[in-house]
Parts: sequence; C-alpha cells; structure tokens
Amino acid sequence: MRRDTPFTLLTNGAALSWADVSEWPLAEFLRNVNAELDRGERLISFFGVPEGDALRLVAVLAFDAGNTLAVGRSQPFTGSFQALTRTHAQAHLFEREIWEQHGVVPENHPWLKPVRKDHGAGPAVGDFFRVDGREVHEVAVGPVHAGIIEPGHFRFQCAGEEVLHLEIALGYQHRGVEEAIAGGPHHSTVYQMETVAGDTTIAHATAYANTLEALAGTEAPLRAQWLRAVALELERLANHTGDLGALAGDVAFLPTASACGKIRGDFLNLTALLCGNRFGRGLVRPGGCPLDGDAERLGRLRERLETALAEVQQAAAWLWDAASVRTRFEFTGQLGAKQAAAIGLVGPAARACGLVRDVRFDHPAGWYRFAQVPVSVWPDGDVFARARVRWLEIQRSGDFLREQLDAVPEGETMSPLPALAPNSLAVALVEGWRGEVCHVALTGADGRLRRYKITDPSFHNWTGLALALRGQAISDFPLCNKSFNLSYCGFDL
Amino acid sequence: MSVHDTLLHRLKRGCETMAYPKGPAPALPDRHGGALKVETAKCTAGCSACVTVCPTEAIARPTGKPVALDLGRCIFCAECVKVCPTKAITQTNDHRMAVRRREDLVLGDTAKEQVRLAQALDEKLRRLFGRSLKLRQVSAAGCNACEADTNVLGTIGWDLGRFGIQFVASPRHADGLLITGPVSKNMELALKKTYAALPEPRIVIALGACAIAGGPFIGHPQHHNGASGLVPVDLFIPGCPPHPLTILDGLLRLLGKLEERR
Repeated sequence: MRRDTPFTLLTNGAALSWADVSEWPLAEFLRNVNAELDRGERLISFFGVPEGDALRLVAVLAFDAGNTLAVGRSQPFTGSFQALTRTHAQAHLFEREIWEQHGVVPENHPWLKPVRKDHGAGPAVGDFFRVDGREVHEVAVGPVHAGIIEPGHFRFQCAGEEVLHLEIALGYQHRGVEEAIAGGPHHSTVYQMETVAGDTTIAHATAYANTLEALAGTEAPLRAQWLRAVALELERLANHTGDLGALAGDVAFLPTASACGKIRGDFLNLTALLCGNRFGRGLVRPGGCPLDGDAERLGRLRERLETALAEVQQAAAWLWDAASVRTRFEFTGQLGAKQAAAIGLVGPAARACGLVRDVRFDHPAGWYRFAQVPVSVWPDGDVFARARVRWLEIQRSGDFLREQLDAVPEGETMSPLPALAPNSLAVALVEGWRGEVCHVALTGADGRLRRYKITDPSFHNWTGLALALRGQAISDFPLCNKSFNLSYCGFDL
Repeated sequence: MSVHDTLLHRLKRGCETMAYPKGPAPALPDRHGGALKVETAKCTAGCSACVTVCPTEAIARPTGKPVALDLGRCIFCAECVKVCPTKAITQTNDHRMAVRRREDLVLGDTAKEQVRLAQALDEKLRRLFGRSLKLRQVSAAGCNACEADTNVLGTIGWDLGRFGIQFVASPRHADGLLITGPVSKNMELALKKTYAALPEPRIVIALGACAIAGGPFIGHPQHHNGASGLVPVDLFIPGCPPHPLTILDGLLRLLGKLEERR
C-alpha cells in the first residue's frame, strides 16, 4: 500500500466518514489529482457534490499496483476550475459531465460540449470536429441504427474510404438514473440499478449492493457473495460468447456466428435457472441474494454449463482455424497500449492492448478475495486481440465456475441491511463483462443518499473506439464497433 | 475448418430450430413464473399489502373498489405474489401475455382475472402482412435486455425468418415498428421521424414494461412513460424483458398464426 500520497486510502467495497476524506482548496486539489495521474494512477470517478450554491469536486483514483483506492475532495467553489484534461485525457468526459451537471466551467478544456443532454436541439446537434479539404467528406450515422441496437450518433470525417476522425455523440438513452436515486434508496432504486445497462444487470446490482452494505457497516453472507460471483461469470460467459458470434457474423463467418448465437442463449438460461430471469433480475439485493439454489438445482447448472462450454469450445475452434477470419481481424482497429492508458481504457478492450487491468485481480472484493481468476491479456490492440481476450476469458470463467460449483459454501444467502451511516462515502468496483463498473455513494446527515455516481465501463471506452477507427476503412466500422461492444444506456444513464 | 468438417458437423447436429409452434412450446424457467392472475374475490377487506410493495405502481386499490393490477407496468418482480396473505395474486407459468388493447393488461375485475390475449389483425392486414412482416426496431432508452431477447429470435433455435418476420435496416422497407424503452425525451424526434417514414398501412408494437408504461423508471421527467402517447400502438408485449417465447407468441398471435384463444 502506498503511504506517500495526500489522498485518503480505502479498499474496494469500503466506506469512510465524509469528514475524513482529504480536503484541499480547489487549486491544490487539482494539483494533487494531476500529480497522481502523472505517476500513472487511474481516475475512476470524478464528480461534483453541490454545497449550497457552491460545488465540491470529488476524485476517486485507483492505485492498481497497491490494490487500493484513493479519494480526495476540493473545498466548495463557484465559477470555474482548470481542466485536468489539458494534461490527462482520461479526465475529458468527466469534466464535460461536471460542466453539464453543475454549470462550473473546466477552463481550457479542449472540447467542451454536452455529454448527454440535448439543450433543446437533440444530442447530435452542435459542433463536430471537421476536417476540410478536397476529397474529404462527412458521414453521419444514427441515432437509429440498422439492426436491433441502442441509439447513438457517429460522425465520420473521411478521405475516400479512410476515416480520418470519428466523433461519437451519445445521450439519446438518457433516463435520469442518477437524479432518480438522490434522496434514496427508494423502493424502485434496486430495480433501476438492474437496468443501468440491462446486459450488465449482475455487475451493476452487485456494485449497488456493495456500496449500501459498506455504508450499513455489514457484508452479505459468504454464500451470497459466492452466488454473486457465479452469476457475474455467467453474465460474462453469455456476453463474450455473443460477441464472438457477432464478430464472426461481421466477417461473414457463419458457422461460429450461428453456433454462438444459440450458446449465448444457453448461458442466459443458466442465469434464469438461478433466478427465473435470463438477465439476472432479482438475483442480487442489498444484504445478499434472496433466491438460493439447492444441490439439485446447482447440479443441473453444473451439467448444463459443461455442455455449453464444450459447444463454445467447438465454435471458437472453427473461428481461430479460419485464415479468412484472421486476415479480417488482424491489424484492424488497432489501439496502442500508451494511448489506451492515456484515455483510461478498461475491461477486455484495455487488456487487449496489453494493459494488465482487472478489478477481480487488482481490487478483489466479495468472493474474489477467496477465489481468483487469472487476468487475460493480449498485446496487439486490434480486433483480433479483443476477440482473443474474450475467448481467454470464456475459458477462465468456465474453469472458475467448475471450481466453484464443485465446492459450494454453506450458509444463509440473505442478511438484514442495517440503516446507512450518515455523512459517509462508499466506493464499489465490479469487473463486469465490459470492464470496470464503479459506483460511489455519499450519504447526507439523514443517512439518505445525497449523491450517487455511476461510471459504466463504456464511459471510459467509447473514446477508445473513436481512436481505433483512425486510418481505418469506414466499412470496417461495424467490425470495430462490435469488437468493443459498448453500452449506450450505461453511458447515457 | 474444411468444407468436409462443416458438413459433418451439420449432419451430426441436425435441425436445431425448435418445433414450436407446431410442437409444444419450450418450458419457461421454473422460477420465471409467467403471467400473473388476480382473483379479487380472495382479497381481504382493507388489505393493500401488494400496493405497497410494487416498485412500479402497477397495483392500485381505490377505496371501495377491487385490486387492479396493470401488467403493462409490471416488471414481474413477484413481490406482490410473495406478500399477498390470501394468494389472490398468483403466477400462472403462462408465457402468453401480449394484448391488442392497453386496457386488456389491467387485471382484477370479474372476467378480467387474466390477460385477454391479442386478437389477430383484420383480414385485410393479415393478407398484407401474414406471410411477410418487415419490422424496423427503435430502441428509445431501452436497457438492451428487450433488444437482446428480440435479437435472440433471429438465432437458429428460434429462426424468426420461418414465419416471414424480419428486422430491416430502413423504415422505408418496413411494415411496422417495434419499440423498446420508455422513449427518452432525447429519442422523441427520432422515433416520430421513423414512424413518419414508414409506408402505410403500418403497425406499431410496444415491447417490454418500459415501452408500455415506463418500466422501472416510471414517472421520470426525462422520458415519456412509454410509446403510447407518441404513436398509436397495435400490440403490447409485457415483461422486463419479455421472454423470447412471449415475444414470439405476441408476433404470431398478431398475424393469426396461433390457433388457441382465451
């Protein structure tokens, strides 16, 4: 653990008193955050907390090598602050968001525009970065796309077929998730948390449960933590399998595409075996997991898991064996490790750039303190690497589940949740299938949630897709997009 | 993989598409529960346990009136089933729950204990769409669960194409619109423009609790509590998300391809 930092340290899934969080005047706060980012630490959450008419900034950092998190805050201020984005690109969306949500201006931000809100004219209306010149043209795609996909707008600057620049305008999916939690937890909050990104139900619900449990000074029973880990890996298996199939489909390699479409459903049905819902709705609740599985049910799960794993093994073998797939995947949509680190990329997309970054390994919480999953890394940063990391993770999640289902812990799965501690802050990270899901909760004097900040991995990673497209043929956009497969609603909140 | 391997594999696997609807429907997961049933005769006077636990205000019990459960608002958490002291609200394990009229999702009154399942389109529309229905999908703040389980219908197990139903890449090519999500303010214009671009006659399907009534986000100022206020809806498919079987049942019922009625 690092001791040479002015920030207050805590671990994943812990809470501390708001008064104990290091506090500095605004300029010093920004200097301190900047200094940690200079040392290579990561900004995992950065947001405002209103104090009367003024605003405080709160930064949560991840010290991955030290397996700790660090938090600091500014004194309340009004007006503006010097943008961190000038020196650290990973702050760029956070600062745009702070400006949009609270009206304080990040001075010298290079590209200050709304993140989600339409400001009266629709999210994709306004300035886009433009390239001028002969042969240069602009292509606009979305918000409605040609398939069964969430909405978003993509603006390409192209010279012929080559993409010079891609700008992504989101916000169409904005449902007001964070505003809705304020003053909570409300009766509907846990159901809303399950749909922050509907394909990441377990990860978001677990992060939410972890923050509340930390604030209440309790922990879910061990068997519930175990069940959450099992469900989280099933969620990863289903989505990674679906992605391998979709990537195969995008290069017209149909055997794997057809097989994976079906196997993905088989994995979803395993989650449904546990809780009735294919996406895991109702499985995780603050205090534990309300639905337990008896030996017979878990035995069925183990059996069906084995079948699905064998099938995905076969489907993946065809994919890796095909030269036509390899030529399309290799060197397409490449992103370097340096750039990936600079923009704060997370999840399989980051690991496919050679970055060793996985919450389950760096900041283990819940059951991952007792059972480990090796980090899957591939160095090349292209579509091939992103597909390959998914395949490695499918195998490792499969092994993890086999191991877990062969040694089921005994005990209860639900415990009562005491009242939340007033004036406290809790941070929970969960490695969802897309990457790091971060929830930060702050309670007020009444023990109610005063501020709740959600960072879906997509919030970091959309910029990665935009950069990966540079110098690519525009016809490769669907393939690159699928290789990241990011969430629109998780970003738009 | 050589061509020989591919053929051999296909031969070994055989046809992977389910027999339904010619054969029996696959079973729902045992913990799914299916559609709900409300028997108000069993309600205790003055009890409103179900009303209090419902996270989406789907259940109401106005003074002096029986309980009314709106399956369109329901996200199927089954909390009401658990708290009801007299088992007036029960799970039927029935996957069928799509309806043509919004009011048919409101359960409780006499002869309205269960959903009144969707009637087929009229003869003229069935002649037009019965063998080929092209749909445009608009996700308007859907969480990607309804979208994912609609996509599933295109996989080999379900093979939606065998019914002539297909999702197309332009509203100009479409006979209808399938909407997911509560319709965020930011998607209002795109949804209206898509609807306007569909050639007539056209149909609209609202899929999932969000598109029907706002789902878990019901009442938020950032969206429209579903699609009905913006475009006329011809088919409502409840669920959070609806099971693929529920979606398929709704689509087939609309096209008059399922015999049984309730």
